[in-house]
Amino acid sequence: MDFTEEQINRYSRHILLPEVGGKGQKKIAKSRILLVGAGGLGSPAALYLAAAGVGTIGLIDSDVVDLTNLQRQVLHHTPDVGRPKVVSGKEKIQALNPDVSVSMYEERLTAGNALKIFNDYDVIIDGVDNFPAKFLINDASFFANKPLVHGGILRFDGRVTTIIPKKSACYRCVFKAPPPPGLVASCQEAGVIGVLAGIIGTIQATEALKLVLGIGRPLTDRMLDFDAKKTQFREIKVRRNPNCVLCGEHPTITELFDDGDPYAGCAVRPSA
Amino acid sequence: MQVKINGNPEEVTGGTVLDLLKTKNIEPQMVAVEVNDKVLDRDHLATTHLNEGDHVEFLFYMGGGR
Repeated sequence: MDFTEEQINRYSRHILLPEVGGKGQKKIAKSRILLVGAGGLGSPAALYLAAAGVGTIGLIDSDVVDLTNLQRQVLHHTPDVGRPKVVSGKEKIQALNPDVSVSMYEERLTAGNALKIFNDYDVIIDGVDNFPAKFLINDASFFANKPLVHGGILRFDGRVTTIIPKKSACYRCVFKAPPPPGLVASCQEAGVIGVLAGIIGTIQATEALKLVLGIGRPLTDRMLDFDAKKTQFREIKVRRNPNCVLCGEHPTITELFDDGDPYAGCAVRPSA
Repeated sequence: MQVKINGNPEEVTGGTVLDLLKTKNIEPQMVAVEVNDKVLDRDHLATTHLNEGDHVEFLFYMGGGR
């Protein structure tokens, strides 16, 4: 695959970097990155990955754009209210960079469809808003053996971590199971400062690009917590848990399942 | 005695990790607890005693994203 003169211009600031160069840019152009959720975290990730020239971006989202989304979901604009997020997202991605091919999955991620979709991608990005889905993404990445960049935001706090299945701590190594429904507030109940989605989502995109390029030190075995009120990052060391129910020595989870109702408790369904 | 909680030195009276959670009014079901970089099984919160200089991390669930 050779770049056109226009592409060499478009990606010149990448190609100038010794860690990227023409070779790295080609890796990016061949890469396939899946965004589970085309909302708060998915928006900035989609835009920067599109700008970076990622070959294929997959978008999974079953929702339509709601007015309350626009405070943080910068992939969608005011005229998009009521339109499927995957459609709106694809338009913005391709307007930014027509080199990118976009695969749309206008459906919810379930134990039934997750592996089939994940198998087609190199890196998975978690941009969902509820625990059952976050655990499902963690488990599906493990069974599909795909690197996962996890993200979460709430109020003024955000968190990112990268998970390489069987090599670094997974989400269940730390959090065994979703919290009981209702105990932990959702963004809808508790609110979230919009810019936080941008900060955490762009770190997720950075991690995904590093994985594609095979450069630097991934955010594995570390949880990076960000406190927007204090403008403070904190890194918490985590390690693989031998008692992990998924990736430990005697796993009790041996196949994919839907761990709880995504619309219960901490994941109230957006107003229909 | 002194322990570090989420990176900050704090004076605590000792006891178990569960005692510490109670003092701080933290519901054990909504947090993952690490002591010296090792995640504690929830069943061990009541049997794990704190020692001088321990590094304790409370990792709260953060589930938003949309």
